[in-house]
Amino acid sequence: MHFDTSAGRNPIDAQTIVGRPHRRIDGALKVTGTAPYAYERHDAVADPTYGWIVGASIARGRVTRIDAAAARAAPGVLAVLTTLEYDAAPPGFRTTLTLFGGAEVRHYHQAVALVVAGTFEEARAAAHLLRIDYDSEPARCDLAAEAPKSEPIADRDGPDYPVVDRIGDVEAALAAAPVTLDESYGTPDQTHAMMEPHATTAAWRDGKLTIWTSAQVVSWHRNSLAQALGLAKEDLRLEAPFIGGGFGSKLIMRSDALLAALGAKAVGRPCKVALQRPLIANNGTRRAGTIQRIRLGADRDGRLTAIAHHSVNGNLPGAFAEAAVAPTRLIYAAPNRDLSMRLATLDLAEGNDMRAPGEAPGLMALEIAMDEMAERLGIDPVAFRIRNDTQVDPRRPQRRFSERHLIECLELGADRFGWARRNPVPGSVSDGRWLVGMGVAAGFRQNLLMPSGARVRLEQDGRLSVETDMTDIGTGSYTILAQTAAEMMGVPIEAVTVRLGDSDYPEAAGSGGQFGANNATSGLYAACTTLRATVAARLGFDVEDVVFADGMVTAGRRSAPLLDAAKDGPLTAEDRITYGDLDKEFVQATFGAQFAEVAVDRFTGEMRVRRMLAVIDAGRVLNPLTARSQVIGAMTMGVGSALMEALVVDTRHGFFINHDLGGYEVPVHADIPHLDVVFLDHPDPVSSPMKAKGIGEIGLCGAAAAVANAVHNATGIRVRDYPITLDKLLDRLPRVA
Amino acid sequence: MARAQAAGTMGSVVVALTVNDERRRLDLDSRVTLLDALREHLHLTGTKKGCDHGHCGACTVLVNGVRINACLSLAAMHDGDVVTTIEGLGRPDRLHPVQAAFIAHDAFQCGYCTPGQICSAVAVLAEVEAGVPSHATGDLTAPVTLDTSELRERMSANICRCGAYSNIAEAVADVAGRS
Repeated sequence: MHFDTSAGRNPIDAQTIVGRPHRRIDGALKVTGTAPYAYERHDAVADPTYGWIVGASIARGRVTRIDAAAARAAPGVLAVLTTLEYDAAPPGFRTTLTLFGGAEVRHYHQAVALVVAGTFEEARAAAHLLRIDYDSEPARCDLAAEAPKSEPIADRDGPDYPVVDRIGDVEAALAAAPVTLDESYGTPDQTHAMMEPHATTAAWRDGKLTIWTSAQVVSWHRNSLAQALGLAKEDLRLEAPFIGGGFGSKLIMRSDALLAALGAKAVGRPCKVALQRPLIANNGTRRAGTIQRIRLGADRDGRLTAIAHHSVNGNLPGAFAEAAVAPTRLIYAAPNRDLSMRLATLDLAEGNDMRAPGEAPGLMALEIAMDEMAERLGIDPVAFRIRNDTQVDPRRPQRRFSERHLIECLELGADRFGWARRNPVPGSVSDGRWLVGMGVAAGFRQNLLMPSGARVRLEQDGRLSVETDMTDIGTGSYTILAQTAAEMMGVPIEAVTVRLGDSDYPEAAGSGGQFGANNATSGLYAACTTLRATVAARLGFDVEDVVFADGMVTAGRRSAPLLDAAKDGPLTAEDRITYGDLDKEFVQATFGAQFAEVAVDRFTGEMRVRRMLAVIDAGRVLNPLTARSQVIGAMTMGVGSALMEALVVDTRHGFFINHDLGGYEVPVHADIPHLDVVFLDHPDPVSSPMKAKGIGEIGLCGAAAAVANAVHNATGIRVRDYPITLDKLLDRLPRVA
Repeated sequence: MARAQAAGTMGSVVVALTVNDERRRLDLDSRVTLLDALREHLHLTGTKKGCDHGHCGACTVLVNGVRINACLSLAAMHDGDVVTTIEGLGRPDRLHPVQAAFIAHDAFQCGYCTPGQICSAVAVLAEVEAGVPSHATGDLTAPVTLDTSELRERMSANICRCGAYSNIAEAVADVAGRS
């Protein structure tokens, strides 16, 4: 099904099942611990060997020698694979890194050896017996020091935008503006910290490989691994039915998959490898820290006349930029604009995708700047954002937004949150020892369209089976796909079985960039549309005016059980959704308004988030229960971004020193209050036949800035360098009388 | 604790455990953690390995009724102990009330921390019942009540990166309110 004109009325609009808060159909498996993840496939692999990855202990240079004799002689060891014995593996999709092979070391904890043994304990113990010699070169690992040597860079995911994106004359507009702002903001390196480590079980049989792995996009992993192994992709089967979180870390293939495959091959037995937690931050990818300069100019009425946003970050040579200016292209109107990015060289773990790449760090900065500007103008920050809304792409004014209800998000949110009670004078509200403030920020994230396929089968017992290599990384894919099939075919959700994450199934969009739900359900919509036509033909109906409901197929006064269509055997339909140019003709995006109330201890600077509200405009919400979980989860990550998350570089050795879940702080129960979410109801017929849009990332966009702005409102202290830890407040807290 | 030394291997130990009401006897490398004994030897993979360092709580199980991080404990230390894992609390067709409440409140997403969260929650309810105080307990002489701050404090060793905390708190409060 090619989607190139706005969707008209279709069977999903009935919303008897789609759009309703169904509990997860895989919930019982997850709460009982019976959902199988990649490292625990005892059902599929009876007697695996265990691999332990050894990471480089330098950031940059060459491995000169690996003495593996002692390790190879250690009890239980079956093989030691060293990087010097392998050719450098070609980088996979969306990465510039060699995961294993060759002498060159490009970042700390790059995999340089794999020890394979009969047990986990034997592999771990033997790994400590390796002697590895390096020729070390000085590592570049301090962004502030390297930034002056940065070079202009284009946006990998925004190829239509010039490297320096200028409209009008920003300098003249800033010079003429009665109110201006020129500030720098810092966002730190972050790590995904998903709960399930990267993990793979690999088994070879007759030259063909099967891996059970933790992948967000099955086809990307499969293609990357096949390429790295020099294998035809038909000879590589990948299964990923359950994934313990990803947030972008599992978008691209990692060393666990390659090394499990190589290890299994080397020992002639299945091998399983999980990246040890202390390796993940440096061996895996990171969200790259940024230094952003934002300049704003406005007239006295609070209309922006100029926006300039420049971001610099660092990455490995040949890698790409964190597109922090991306949201600024489209979120506010201003006739004069100047947006650009620069990239410095840093010999750290590769900067790559993490939840809402570009938008999340960009809005962490921009939405503080907007708060500061509102304060300078003496305008309420909600009103200031509303005043600068745009209904068109500022760069191409003939290009409208398909649906854009940011103003409604802000107004409804202000009303629900009690924004009118906010005292605009910072540091003026007390509650005992606490200073209390409220903050707001706008959220913006693009809606991405990706081809996606699915297969649906009407079984002879009337049940439906859905098969697609789509993944469920916690997003609720199983459930929304079941809802979609049930709605399309007129059966209860209980009659649908969904099988995911198997490369033998039709290729789907996968999970990432908040593109999963809308595209995967649209692919299934396409397959169901084909199945409806087949069913109608079998039953002698004209598909144009047929209704599928309550297990019956009805046209006019004639009706037949759906089941009858399959009486001679199951009916299978497979199709995929592809897209025309509607995303070029219209801007398709999601919007949010984030509100936070934060209390700051006037003596210690301790910060507590008391309540938060997000109002989200993301097209049709396919399942308000699971969608809400996506948003509160993103808000929680936003609290982490605001108050605690930062990878700390040891600049002497070029590695992230807080590379585990003890040192890298993420929010815990005690940090998070009850979170409120409101969804606007604006289905977007330009996005897809489902009229849905992305939901997984918009809840993060703006969340950190709302907290930061609340801290400012509470204390009068403006921190522009995330995370806002109490040491940054202590010497600036208001005097205690 | 019985000890055996197999030729050419590291020290091995025989450990007798009662796991989910079943008596199990294991001959293990002495370095095997309780977590790996459960996951790799007994194939009880509901207990998760998130960090293997006692940071994340995904491996929380009940040992003699008290919650511990199974990754921080050697199996050899548990000879004679009674271990309850997520599989012992309930099954898909016979859910424990906390498991059912997690589904009802959508108190999880990826599911990887979930068994640990549920084991912790079950233990928290028992701790409160037994009057065990926490850092958040205001009055050590009064009976402990499971208010929001008590609940969040007691659950804070179980990280959920998907960020389901708000829903987990409501799921556990729901069960606490009923009992």
